[in-house]
Amino acid sequence: MYTFTNKLRNFSIILMVVGFLGLVYGFLSSPDTVAEAQAMVADAHHGEGHGAEHGAAPHDTHNDHQSPSAHGEEHGEDHHGEHLLHQLQNKPWAALYVAAFFFMMIALGTLAFYAINRAAQAGWSPALFRVMEGITAYLLPGALIVFVILALSGMHFNHLFIWMDPEVVAHDKLIQGKVGFLNVPFFLARALFYIAGWATYRYFSRKFSLAQDQATDVSNHKKNFRISAAFLVFYIVTESMMSWDWVMSIDPHWFSTLFGWYVFASMFVSGITTIALIAIYLKSKGYLEKVNDSHIHDLGKFMFGISIFWTYLWFSQFMLIWYSNIPEEVTYFITRIEDYNLPFFGMLVMNFIFPLLILMNSDYKRLNYFIVMAGIVILLGHYIDVFNMIMPSAVGDQWFIGVPEIGGFLFFFGLFLLVVFKEISKAPLHAAGDPYMGESERFHY
Amino acid sequence: MSSNQVIHALYDDDDTLLSAVKSIREKKHHIEEVYTPFPVHGLDKALGLADTRISIMAFIYGCIGFSVAILMMNYIMIEDWPQNIGGKPSFSYLENMPAFVPIMFELTVFFAAHLMVITFYLRSRLWPFKEAENPNPLTTDDKFLVEIELHDNEKELNALLKETGAIDITTIEKKSDHD
Repeated sequence: MYTFTNKLRNFSIILMVVGFLGLVYGFLSSPDTVAEAQAMVADAHHGEGHGAEHGAAPHDTHNDHQSPSAHGEEHGEDHHGEHLLHQLQNKPWAALYVAAFFFMMIALGTLAFYAINRAAQAGWSPALFRVMEGITAYLLPGALIVFVILALSGMHFNHLFIWMDPEVVAHDKLIQGKVGFLNVPFFLARALFYIAGWATYRYFSRKFSLAQDQATDVSNHKKNFRISAAFLVFYIVTESMMSWDWVMSIDPHWFSTLFGWYVFASMFVSGITTIALIAIYLKSKGYLEKVNDSHIHDLGKFMFGISIFWTYLWFSQFMLIWYSNIPEEVTYFITRIEDYNLPFFGMLVMNFIFPLLILMNSDYKRLNYFIVMAGIVILLGHYIDVFNMIMPSAVGDQWFIGVPEIGGFLFFFGLFLLVVFKEISKAPLHAAGDPYMGESERFHY
Repeated sequence: MSSNQVIHALYDDDDTLLSAVKSIREKKHHIEEVYTPFPVHGLDKALGLADTRISIMAFIYGCIGFSVAILMMNYIMIEDWPQNIGGKPSFSYLENMPAFVPIMFELTVFFAAHLMVITFYLRSRLWPFKEAENPNPLTTDDKFLVEIELHDNEKELNALLKETGAIDITTIEKKSDHD
């Protein structure tokens, strides 16, 4: 049985406090008036002309819907200032949202991996089930935090989702056509539906898993198998819709039909990486004595394979849009390549080239420090991936990984550690009653 | 001379074979070769064979394929006959790179896979119309055969092999033209 050490608890509380201060600073320092916003940008850019950049084609679509005064050509100056104000006001919200979504996504990806192992009756992984169950404990609190942020957007505390602004919709034919799907009550109801479904599965699966420890028959295991198979069906539909709602609708003019898969690959690889990192951490503390190098090797193979799978989906999305070059589609990537050049291509290096080269060799996947090193880079890379999905439409070219962004990351990182390790300490790390435990203990490559 | 005398032990189960190989090696007998109808997981380790180096070759072959794809597409699409496709004139390899990625990927896989198979055939001395080397046709069906060199220890070995579950043990004179 794992005991949650005070050291780790204090560490995660410190992370949360520091992160919270960073977020507060971000909210307090966001401008209230157009003049303040312009002064901030002028300071940052040393008085460089900013208007010229904003006249560029890819920004026009944003200008039109992000500021309510966009429909008066004569308000050229005001319109630009207003737009800038909205972007800077969005910044701390977007920083909060990216971090909240990223850590929720890790828990959700882990839950999917766990359900696949349950449904496939995998023989190698039962030794890791308790670690996975610990990580998925963060799903409910994490998803509820995301829900609160979405609800606050629905109440117009921020402009993350511009289709929520009736003023914008009134002047936007494209969004008007989507109002049947993209309206605040239905949007929030859908969000609650997804969260309820995931959390219900997680609750019962954990319950059956713990009950199996003491059981004399395998009825709990069979129940877990059945609900896991059903959950996977529910998951693949709701995960896809969740990605349209929570991520893609930030850019309501643009759509991609494989966006759900793309977000799935990202959360899947992040989840598997987190399982590996936490398992290695627990092993280094002397727990999880049944987990051997072959288990880590297998997690390493998944990290390697799913990183390539992510790249495949990313590229499939990118190449078709790049090649066809249709203005309303390609604006998505033009914004990212022009304004987000470093994070956009840096993410490819971190999520593809680095794990490809580091994890290709079979022997390296058995060395814990290689997995840890690759894992940290993969996780940061997927944080940047989420950053790239959300920031361009929320703050335009005003992005920066500064105090609010790092603060948001640290806050949710601390909360994640707190929730996950508390859950891990609640049950024995060895799922003794699992019928495949013997196979998992003997597992060798 | 007894050195070209070998003993053939036949097994009918892969698990029995694995444990037999382990106990034969424990008694310090030299196993010349094992013939199986399908790859047996863990047999290479039980036999103490050196790790395969084919994965290193696969990486090198992949790199060759990758380079061939880049040189080929650069010559075809950029240097020799630049075309304007979809408003993307082919004047620079880098700017048109996304269009060539599928080709780079496919040729990497193509080179790695085909050259790996060819390497495997060469290393195993296999080529078309080659006469089969397996001493007993049963090993192409459902039996496993272990070939052990004899050094005037036939009786001792026979007893050991019986113990490990061999269903048939024969001693034969090996043709020397093979060496």
